[in-house]
Amino acid sequence: MRVSAIGCAALLLVAVGACGGRESGGEAGTAASGQCQGQQTTGITDKSIKLGGIYPLSGPASAYGDIPKGIKAYFDYVNAEKGGIGGRTVEFIVRDDGYQPPKAVEEARRLVEQDQVFALFQTLGTPSTTATWDYTNQRKVPQVFVATGASKWGTDGAHPWTIGWQPNYVSEARVYAQYLKAEKPSAKIAVLYQNDDFGKDLLGGFKKAIEGTQLTIVAEQSYEVTDPSIDPQMRNLAGSKAEVFLDITTPKFGSQALAADVRNTGWNPLHIINNVAASITVLKPVGFDNVQGVVSSSYYKDPNDPTWATDAEMTLYKQKVKQYAPGADPNIPYLTFGWAVANSFHKAMDAAKCPTREGLRDSVRDLRNVPIDMLLPGVTLSTGQGDAFPIESMQLMTFKGQRWELFGQVIDTRKEFGPLTG
Amino acid sequence: MTQVEDAGVDARPERRRPRWTPTGRRRAAVAALLAAALYAPFQLVPFHVFQLTMVLVYAVALLGLNLLVGHAGQISLGHGAFFAVGAYTAAVLTHGPGLPYPLTLPAAAVVAFLLGLAFGVPAVRLRGLYLALVTLAMAIFLVPLLKRFEGVTGGSMGLTLPKPGPPAWSGLAEDQWLYFLALAVAVASFALVGSLLRSRVGRALHALRDDEGAAEVMGVRLPAYKTLAFAWSAMFAGVAGCVYTWVIGFVSPDSFTVNLSITLLAGLVVGGLGSTAGPVLGALFVMFVPSIAQDLNEAAPGVILGLLIIAVMYVAPTGLAGLAGRLIRKIPRKE
Repeated sequence: MRVSAIGCAALLLVAVGACGGRESGGEAGTAASGQCQGQQTTGITDKSIKLGGIYPLSGPASAYGDIPKGIKAYFDYVNAEKGGIGGRTVEFIVRDDGYQPPKAVEEARRLVEQDQVFALFQTLGTPSTTATWDYTNQRKVPQVFVATGASKWGTDGAHPWTIGWQPNYVSEARVYAQYLKAEKPSAKIAVLYQNDDFGKDLLGGFKKAIEGTQLTIVAEQSYEVTDPSIDPQMRNLAGSKAEVFLDITTPKFGSQALAADVRNTGWNPLHIINNVAASITVLKPVGFDNVQGVVSSSYYKDPNDPTWATDAEMTLYKQKVKQYAPGADPNIPYLTFGWAVANSFHKAMDAAKCPTREGLRDSVRDLRNVPIDMLLPGVTLSTGQGDAFPIESMQLMTFKGQRWELFGQVIDTRKEFGPLTG
Repeated sequence: MTQVEDAGVDARPERRRPRWTPTGRRRAAVAALLAAALYAPFQLVPFHVFQLTMVLVYAVALLGLNLLVGHAGQISLGHGAFFAVGAYTAAVLTHGPGLPYPLTLPAAAVVAFLLGLAFGVPAVRLRGLYLALVTLAMAIFLVPLLKRFEGVTGGSMGLTLPKPGPPAWSGLAEDQWLYFLALAVAVASFALVGSLLRSRVGRALHALRDDEGAAEVMGVRLPAYKTLAFAWSAMFAGVAGCVYTWVIGFVSPDSFTVNLSITLLAGLVVGGLGSTAGPVLGALFVMFVPSIAQDLNEAAPGVILGLLIIAVMYVAPTGLAGLAGRLIRKIPRKE
């Protein structure tokens, strides 16, 4: 009985082996001729372009699974109504990594070697992207607009094929520092942060941004994602009597921090909550009455914000999502994010000098104030020599009534603080 | 079953008899499997070679788990932790002191073995669900623990490491070289466990599994064997973790959540507890079935995977290895 089982396994291996020769895939790629001679054209023809994305569709981070829905809706709309990107029909293959780095590596290899995609259009999360970027750069496959705010995608010089998209956490920290410098130039600040790359990136950026100012951090507390509650940290912070509370948390802890702030009537600081935890779903359980005046920042249009009710881009977005992604709710901001990032890919591909992998790599690093659908007015994509961060501008917002209200001007952190370097 | 086979064998000419004894057939099957395994990387695209490499990694981990759960009758819901310890040992030693990669293997094995030995102590006192809970706790606390010592483990950012490159004389590509490394480790591990189980230790473990009281009466020292079973089992998980680090070139705490421990245990049960082929079939299941589930339904891969596991358990309560055996027996013999 055991013998047979081993035999079956052997047969299976041989069967797998018979599926295709080593030469048929793997190294085989195609190259362009003419002015783009020798550049890679794997996954792209005159009529089509094949992209692969890796997202956590299952597991603890599966809420992000709405992003590829927004992207798919955009590409389906472009394919059906605009003749694709530059006449090329987009095929977007989505794979699930469950937020597991080894699974992301497997899926990246599957997309590149088996599906022969032109580029990886988004991997999600810092761990999964870190696990795959050596591979994509070794294979010279573009890994564009990765969905994570870590600053290393832009500061690292050894991975020219990988680039981020959203404002990195350091830029976001700079926005808050800029605001405080203007509004409360000598404030004492208490900070709560998540003890991981995200929290440290943001806090580190903030500390750097307030160097040489009157602003001081008087209390600092961290928590682990696995902690059940942050109440002890909040009690310690309250003891500092700081005037400003910088809340660097992910959604679950964002709710807890807001609630703890409300309960403590003896301490009423200006509460700044980072963009990651600024969604309405975080504020709602705390009660809208209790979070009036909380400050955060944003860079794309919130589909729930009535300011944009008659906005042409928003109307088109809502209409097309309903049409091409039936069953998806266009009011979920992750779909908006997907729509905007897909539009960015569209524009970057249009701007590419050569329809090749090299062309895309160079194009995403040479964007000059490209306006993107669904980004806030004044926020554009800009990259160039020594600047590999597409979005570095954000606008502040404050919670009023039942929604976030934007205020002030868009803050361009490049202008205020200079380029971000490692 | 023996009688049917004997009848079949008797019908053959006398001189061919040794070839078809169960051991002979077993050897032939193992040889065929090995030949296929040696041939595969020259035939497959790098992506498939990578997948098979991961199958070998999981197979070694499941081999260790099988020793503990299938042969010694203990339970571990925390084997992902030993796997992680092996992976991190290799990663930290490569990253910090810059140890050459072949040396990280014995190091990972030793560290995991010692940790297994330490965890074998509660195993002596606890049984069943209580033991399961202790091992589960280990898997749960490891992730935050790895995040704490940032200077050593790289914190939640993890560590990125260079992959072992193929030596120039071999003429192999990187993926092929990694595959052969994993294959060598897997073959050695299977041979080691095979000889272990055929020895006194194996008989003692089986006795322990079947009836602790009877085993003790027969002179099996329960505490020693229970602890050793844990240690051996952890060692193989650690070895698998080390090869994993070579292959992936990146470790982070989020790669080794409780989910990994549960997946390993599920893979082993699906593959076949206590059978030799179980770990291999279980590894194939762990590696390929989640992707197949995703191909079937993109929206809810987890649901499909769960249903598949339930289906397997209904059709094959003794795992895939048992199912394969049953199916072969159903094929009527010609003689």
